Amino acid sequence: MGLTNQSCGTRVNKETFTKSTAKVDYVIALAGNPNTGKSTVFNALTGLNQHTGNWPGKTVLRAEGKYIDHGLVFNLIDLPGTYSLQANSVEEQVTRDYLCFQKPDATIVVVDATCLERNLNLVLQVLEITSKVVVCVNLVDEAKRKKICVNIDALAAKLGVPVVATAARDGIGLDKLVKTVTEVANGTLKTAPYYVQYHDSIENAIKKIQPQIKLLVGEEEFNTRWLALKLLDKDQTVLTELEKYLRRKENVTTEIGGELWA
Amino acid sequence: MKNNSGGFREENAMSLYDLPIGKTALVNAIQAEGITRRRMLDLGLVPGTKVEALRESPTGDPKAFRIRGAVIAFREEESTKILISYKED
Amino acid sequence: MGMSQSMRTGLNSILSDVDKINPHGTLGINDSVVSSIYYAAESIANEVVSQKEKPKTDWDKKLDDILTSRVFGFPSMLLLLGVIFWLTVAGANVPSAMIADVLFWGQDRLTDLCNYLHAPAWFHGFFVEGIYRCLAWVISVMLPPMAIFFPCFTLLEDLGYLPRVAFNLDRLFKKAGAHGKQALTMSMGFGCNAAGIVACRIIESPRERMIAMLTNNFVPCNGRFPTLIALAGVLVFGMGSTFGATAIVVGIILLGIAVTLAVSWTLSKTLLKGVPSSFTLELPPYRKPQIGKIIVRSIFDRTLFVLGRAICVAAPAGAVTWLLANIYVGDLSVLAYCAQWLNPFAQAIGLDGFILMAFILGLPANEIVLPILIMSYLATGSMTELDSIEDLYNLFVVQHGWTWLTAVCMMLFSLLHFPCGTTLWTIRKESGSLKWTLLAALMPLGIACAICFLVAQSVRALGWV
Repeated sequence: MGLTNQSCGTRVNKETFTKSTAKVDYVIALAGNPNTGKSTVFNALTGLNQHTGNWPGKTVLRAEGKYIDHGLVFNLIDLPGTYSLQANSVEEQVTRDYLCFQKPDATIVVVDATCLERNLNLVLQVLEITSKVVVCVNLVDEAKRKKICVNIDALAAKLGVPVVATAARDGIGLDKLVKTVTEVANGTLKTAPYYVQYHDSIENAIKKIQPQIKLLVGEEEFNTRWLALKLLDKDQTVLTELEKYLRRKENVTTEIGGELWA
Repeated sequence: MKNNSGGFREENAMSLYDLPIGKTALVNAIQAEGITRRRMLDLGLVPGTKVEALRESPTGDPKAFRIRGAVIAFREEESTKILISYKED
Repeated sequence: MGMSQSMRTGLNSILSDVDKINPHGTLGINDSVVSSIYYAAESIANEVVSQKEKPKTDWDKKLDDILTSRVFGFPSMLLLLGVIFWLTVAGANVPSAMIADVLFWGQDRLTDLCNYLHAPAWFHGFFVEGIYRCLAWVISVMLPPMAIFFPCFTLLEDLGYLPRVAFNLDRLFKKAGAHGKQALTMSMGFGCNAAGIVACRIIESPRERMIAMLTNNFVPCNGRFPTLIALAGVLVFGMGSTFGATAIVVGIILLGIAVTLAVSWTLSKTLLKGVPSSFTLELPPYRKPQIGKIIVRSIFDRTLFVLGRAICVAAPAGAVTWLLANIYVGDLSVLAYCAQWLNPFAQAIGLDGFILMAFILGLPANEIVLPILIMSYLATGSMTELDSIEDLYNLFVVQHGWTWLTAVCMMLFSLLHFPCGTTLWTIRKESGSLKWTLLAALMPLGIACAICFLVAQSVRALGWV
């Protein structure tokens, strides 16, 4: 809804709009390409009124809001819009580090039905980091107008995670989205994410170091395949965050939860 | 970083900047290095990608291209670093 | 708090293995991985997406053919700007007068109440003539233009027009050594300079981001153009044309853009030297804005916002102004002393002491500059009622000796002077530097003084006033 109270005046200096003091049952991350209606989904779910102009990069404020489903409190974290998670920009790094090291209970990836290919690039990268993903194919109304048809079931089968079609501006599909997110967050809905197969030389290299990484960080905590790939590429940003994480793991008693936007 | 010049052949070397408006070509290689290269790849400019020159700004530069469904504008400095193969019809 | 030995060795042994497997990055992992992911995305999309027929008309293309064309690109931009400001100027008059009628009727009733209660004169002065009147002015003069401009602007923003502006203007910004996305941050500045400063985060290069932050102020924000509109109204008073006033406001905005480019160029050649960084800009598809929702929401939003801000800023400002105007040292009030002290300098730049005083007192928020000025004039003049452009004209021109030059210089000063307190605070926060924040305040002030001085002195030397 364009410029709002929350995006003007002194409020621009407030990074989050709600304080997370109350009890939270699940933390849900909201990721997606710029201009996919991510902020519209955020506003529709949380009832907040975050800035939603139609230009890339306008979610410069990081927002956080709550919604309730079946008496459970969900904390929704609106991550900056990005095309990729290769950490080539601040937004990408923030999003990637959040998904990887803060471990939300589920991640909604909002994609634009009119431009699926480009958006799937991000989805596939998110699936490499976390398996608890719900893909929200938004702007289906827009796609219909452009005579574009997305086979939702086929997409879900292919990606191995639930896919929900929405037209968030008109509130269509949001009930189903909320329900699916709950099921993924509480584990009743199991996912089997699709992994991109890389060049043989890379796949072999991953296999060589993956066991060591499993030993170091444990199998439950991270997608070690992805971590192996990043370490093979000597991604400095991942290395820094990983060291931080390992340090934190050793000092669980002194530092619980950690900082949100480290 | 390995310079991935793919199947790029010298004789029909042409940069995205020179692609006539309304025409389509395939990406051959990216000549940029470092962060610019990574960003271009992230936009989907990997070898073999179809790009269409859509329009130019009223002042002639930047130019806008359709890349994998999105419309992206590049300044001359960037688009000359993207090599394409283009067959005139 | 370091890592334990075992973990450190674990990580190091992995990294030394990596060096063996992928020496000097020979695997070309990033290129290969990014390509593989895109190819996978492409093949999935081909499987699940089908497009039966091409839509008959490609509206995006049709719109872009006009809005970014060589011939109509710039004229359509000017026309849109003109239409929005004309709507604002023409549409704000009636509600402004109506709100003023109601609020000043309220002031009379409050005065009656004070008289009935035999309240002391200072009480009536402080609360009714100070706080209440300043509030009434902010609401009646400032609120209607804001309430009209905001939804119009939001409409363009939701439509997806702003990236096209950046696309059209990019070459100018490139020449100025600035980033093309600066046009986006400037557009946001129209709504609110503080929002514009935050929007500068979309510019990655620190050098270009700083240029954008330091110059954002040259776009008049929502809190300033009601002042510009009122002054333009005074300037064309008697001609009865809203087109004239609109043309003046649009001219001022174009001047602001020119100053932005000139200052950006100067900064990129001096303090913030460097070459333009790489530039990619997405032109998103146009979206049909939710017109009804925008209008209701942004008027509601704005109204509450302005009312809230009026109470927070205008009330104390009104109180301070009243106190300054009514505490006497010798024969003169403190306000008059200050104004008198500022007057020689103010006159040199085409203003007067009271105007300069109003700008200084208006630092917390630009909305209150004009109300403070009116209050200061009223406190020293004989008039007490004021509820139209005609009264404003009488107050400024007849009673306080304004010429057209005064109005022009005040508009220029308003356009160019230091950003409001909130914006400065935001710059401090975003840049993390007090030095740059100071520059962000002093540089525009210097430019404002210099340009006003040049204009005033040349006009006087030429004998035009």
